[in-house]
Amino acid sequence: MSKVKVNVCMGTTCFVMGGSNLQELMEIVPKKYGDKVEVTGSPCLGLCSINWEYSKAPYVKVNDETVVEATVEKVLEAIDKEVEKLN
Amino acid sequence: MNNNGQAIHLKKEILIRLIKAFYTEDFEENTRLIPYDMRPTGAEVPYRCCIYKERAILKDRTIAGLGFQIEEDDERISLTTYAKKALERTEIDNKNLTVLQAACKGCVPSQIHVTELCQGCIARPCQQACKFGAITVKDGKSHIDGSKCKKCKMCLNACPYNAIVKITVPCEDACPVGAIEKDEQSLARIDFDKCINCGRCISACPFGAVHEKSQIIDILKALKSDKKVIALIAPSIAGQFPGNIYQLKTAIMKSGFDDVYEVAQGADITAQNEAKEFAERMESGESFMTTSCCAGYNQLIKKHLPEIKPYVSDTKTPLYYIAEHVKQLYPDAVTVFVSPCVAKRAEGFENENVNFVMSFEELGALFVAKKIEILNLEETPFEKESSKQGRNFGITGGVAQAVKKSSKDEQAVNSMILSGLNKDSIRKLKTYAKNGTCENGCNLIEVMCCDGGCISGNATLNNVKTASKLINQLTEKSDDIKRIK
Ligand code: FES
Repeated sequence: MSKVKVNVCMGTTCFVMGGSNLQELMEIVPKKYGDKVEVTGSPCLGLCSINWEYSKAPYVKVNDETVVEATVEKVLEAIDKEVEKLN
Repeated sequence: MNNNGQAIHLKKEILIRLIKAFYTEDFEENTRLIPYDMRPTGAEVPYRCCIYKERAILKDRTIAGLGFQIEEDDERISLTTYAKKALERTEIDNKNLTVLQAACKGCVPSQIHVTELCQGCIARPCQQACKFGAITVKDGKSHIDGSKCKKCKMCLNACPYNAIVKITVPCEDACPVGAIEKDEQSLARIDFDKCINCGRCISACPFGAVHEKSQIIDILKALKSDKKVIALIAPSIAGQFPGNIYQLKTAIMKSGFDDVYEVAQGADITAQNEAKEFAERMESGESFMTTSCCAGYNQLIKKHLPEIKPYVSDTKTPLYYIAEHVKQLYPDAVTVFVSPCVAKRAEGFENENVNFVMSFEELGALFVAKKIEILNLEETPFEKESSKQGRNFGITGGVAQAVKKSSKDEQAVNSMILSGLNKDSIRKLKTYAKNGTCENGCNLIEVMCCDGGCISGNATLNNVKTASKLINQLTEKSDDIKRIK
């Protein structure tokens, strides 16, 4: 079974720009989606050195989608869309 | 932590841009360009009526970042001039907050308002309920005469249709001491004689219109000079950045500081001294003592609650002890306290051993501007390891616990926690001072200005839940205060 992969950026820029709040995803996501979704935190994803730099941080990757100015709600929404595709 | 998401994002973005501009060839010109770089021609206008208004507000925010009072802004002065003045400035003042004029105007002054739901009923309970004769009925609807209304809300409670509402102003509502009010021009004004620098208005305003006046330029100037610059980091910082505090120390040094001390080291001294003082006071027959390390609380005592002073511990704050220690080691060094809240700016201003105060937000902005990736850094040890309890000072209950654990007779300490200064808790303190006793046989009151302790200070970067978790990870591995010499 393929899984939805969520990668939450815990790099300095993302963390400072509001990513600290996204750590909650580590608890919420497994509870909500079980093993359909795999969530990990990672050091700088490299997105803050291209395009919008810090101005649209924090960034989260949901499969190939990049969620910009990420909030818990926005990420969950993006996950929902990807989960839908699985079915 | 500040919950007005987008506004706080803007504030941080401006700080990052200012710091970046500082390190360019032409600081003044690059500062002038900040509003234009953030809203270039043709950009979308996310919040305001037009791009010009957005830029005007961004200019105001930049003025606060440069460390000036927005209220005193003359629109004709350009950011270039402000940037120049910031570079030339050699002193800072003690007005730590400033209100964004252009953003503030939008919000309606607090009042009791009759809504469309008014049915113009015959019984007119609102009119009867009003003791001040402020309500008349015109064209089948109740009207309130603002000049007579005392905002007692009697009419609001009397209306059977719930047609009357109270319109609140978030900053006014949040202020525990009535220091902020909308003036005739509908602009919020801070009365600095009353203000205790608690920072609640900053967190409460949905427009992000209240700013801390930053000292970042002064700090960057110190970093650029050949003076030794030493960062003193508040205990609550342990939950605010990725990585651990030893990596954080490396990051701070990489960003230009010469050394970093944990204020928790000073917290250990505070706890030990306060435990001794507590025992002495109890022995001499006093009934209770309050802690004294919260800067917001100290301002409250000074400006609004002098009657509690005899019950307040005379022990100095953690910042006091560590700053004294560092200045003894390096008398010529510049000390920068890295703080979770604006209240500590007031304490820093009054303490000659503290040169500047920098918020967690500002330190974060410095890391971003300098592209410092904390998770990739090595660890650097501190001069001295602090205790579990000292490192826990920033979480509500932590100070009382530290005093208890430092006491010879732990059982003698019966503590009570006042977490969050609001009208209610201030009233309680007043009563204790008046009666000379506390409730339920309690003899030690820990007072924290912010709900939850320093980890919910106005300039924190993390939410309380994850921040406490990260601090716990550190304290689990730290020594007990009894073993600290
Ligand atoms: S810190 Fe998140 S992309 Fe670089």
